Amino acid sequence: MSSLQKRNLWAWAFLVPTLAIFLVVGLYPLVQTFLTSLTNARLGSTRAPEFVGLDNYATLLRDREFWVVVLRTVLFTVVSVALEFALGMVIAMIVHSPFRGRGLMRTAMLVPWAIPTVVSARIWSYMLQDTYGVANDLLATRLGLLDSKVAWLAEPTLAFACVVAVEVWKTTPFVALLLLAGLQLIPDEIHEAAEVDGASRGQRFRLLTLPMLKPAILVALIFRTLDALRIFDAVWVMTRGQAGTEMMATYNYRQMIDFQQLGFGSAVSVAIFLLIAVFVVAYVTMLRTERG
Amino acid sequence: MRTGSSHRFTTPPPFLMPRYGRRWGVVVRRVLFAGAVALILAYTLFPFYWAFNGALQPSSRLYVSPADYLPVPPVFDAFREVFANRMFVRGVLNSALVAGGSTLLALAAGSFAAYALGRFRIRGRRVVLALILGMTMFPQISILGAVYSVISRMGLYNTLWGLGLSYMILTLPLTVWVMMNFFKSLPAELEESATVDGATPLQAFWHVLLPLSLPGLATTGLLAFITAWNEYLFALALTVDRKARTVPVVIANYTGNSLHEVPWGAIMAASVTVTLPLVVLVMIFQKRIIAGLTAGAVKG
Repeated sequence: MSSLQKRNLWAWAFLVPTLAIFLVVGLYPLVQTFLTSLTNARLGSTRAPEFVGLDNYATLLRDREFWVVVLRTVLFTVVSVALEFALGMVIAMIVHSPFRGRGLMRTAMLVPWAIPTVVSARIWSYMLQDTYGVANDLLATRLGLLDSKVAWLAEPTLAFACVVAVEVWKTTPFVALLLLAGLQLIPDEIHEAAEVDGASRGQRFRLLTLPMLKPAILVALIFRTLDALRIFDAVWVMTRGQAGTEMMATYNYRQMIDFQQLGFGSAVSVAIFLLIAVFVVAYVTMLRTERG
Repeated sequence: MRTGSSHRFTTPPPFLMPRYGRRWGVVVRRVLFAGAVALILAYTLFPFYWAFNGALQPSSRLYVSPADYLPVPPVFDAFREVFANRMFVRGVLNSALVAGGSTLLALAAGSFAAYALGRFRIRGRRVVLALILGMTMFPQISILGAVYSVISRMGLYNTLWGLGLSYMILTLPLTVWVMMNFFKSLPAELEESATVDGATPLQAFWHVLLPLSLPGLATTGLLAFITAWNEYLFALALTVDRKARTVPVVIANYTGNSLHEVPWGAIMAASVTVTLPLVVLVMIFQKRIIAGLTAGAVKG
């Protein structure tokens, strides 16, 4: 055996543990999910599941609720990611300019990202609680901006907006940090040169900063879109999917675990997987063309 | 916090830059800038303040309108209640064990894989990489049912081992990715000299690369630990009682003794308790975390 072959053999040996784990907790469950989606399996049932072909998928395609949930999740993703980027860009540019207390601010920014989503959802539920919550206390009781107290998490449109708000609060710091890292890669000289040439601040932002930030923006966009599409924790803790906040993942969980329809639930899983795969392929293609 | 008019800055953001006369412009700019900083800090930090406030108020002051904004004097009843709750204490312990265990396992398996992918030119490298990246992209929910079956069949339902194993799907791809980028950044001559001396790749890894990669391992471990510590969906579905329930599930389900009233004081005390260690970690390792988060992202 040549030394190069030997070296390659070593490399594959190093990969074995990781690939074995992926096989057990990733690939096998994925294939299993697809196979289960072709049966009428029920969770915790002793009866052997029967093969039903594409029946579950036919049911799913006719299920109005499923389509509503898909559209709502996409809407949620678009709105929250747009807000995160708008806010994240503002924050990144502020933190990019050197000022005293910048380190402290970066730490403060990381905290919402670091805490469990369950905890942030609980804290926000507490703030949004209808009778004694601080949101109503500030807006209705103290400032009088609202005529009366509002049931934030019970009214359909409001509850949806609240879930968006919590998600935006938790993840904007992450977006800001990725954008900040991108900003720090842009050499100061470029801006100085443009300034000498008489470019206004707006022009410099539009024509220099944004194009040079494009790779960082794209990567942050991919991470955030995929995360937003699979939102589960915040919804489950704050509203249990009530009041018009059911999303793809909570719908799937309800079908599979609560209603114990493992077969149908698996079909939902596969559908969600395919939907997200479409986004992944679109983004990867975008990245490829971006990098030539 | 120093947010006075004494900021020194060179390139303030363009949207804060109205064109006034020279001297007034500077003052207005500084005030606007300080205002923006204060607003951002308030937005990020107020929810935490409110959680603290709720945790430190006596229960009689918790359900009043208008609300009480200052916990003076602070009362620690809620913390006492939470720490006397066996479900919660056990949950913290379970979380620490599961997060710590799956982080260590991910580091052990993942750093070898990262070494192979970062410093060897093997065929099929791209396929393996795509597979690993794919793992991070597909939704957890879409394998939940099957993971449930696998874990049950292995007899690991409602055990820390089962939950820890399922977390590998989250922590392992992250570990491989960040460590691979770290290994790539080390100079190529490092193991070459070792291999010339007749060391096997394993020896080169163990004696030369690993000692150099301790900072990378720390960063990666931290990211993996936070991910596992915060996980909720698998913990909800794969555990059923105190034996294996982790703290996010305990906090999400916290009902306390009363059936009718939500025990907000205790819930906030529990929230503050699990948040504090993370705040400390973030403060100590701030630079590392940011470097780790952005390493793969910016270089691509």
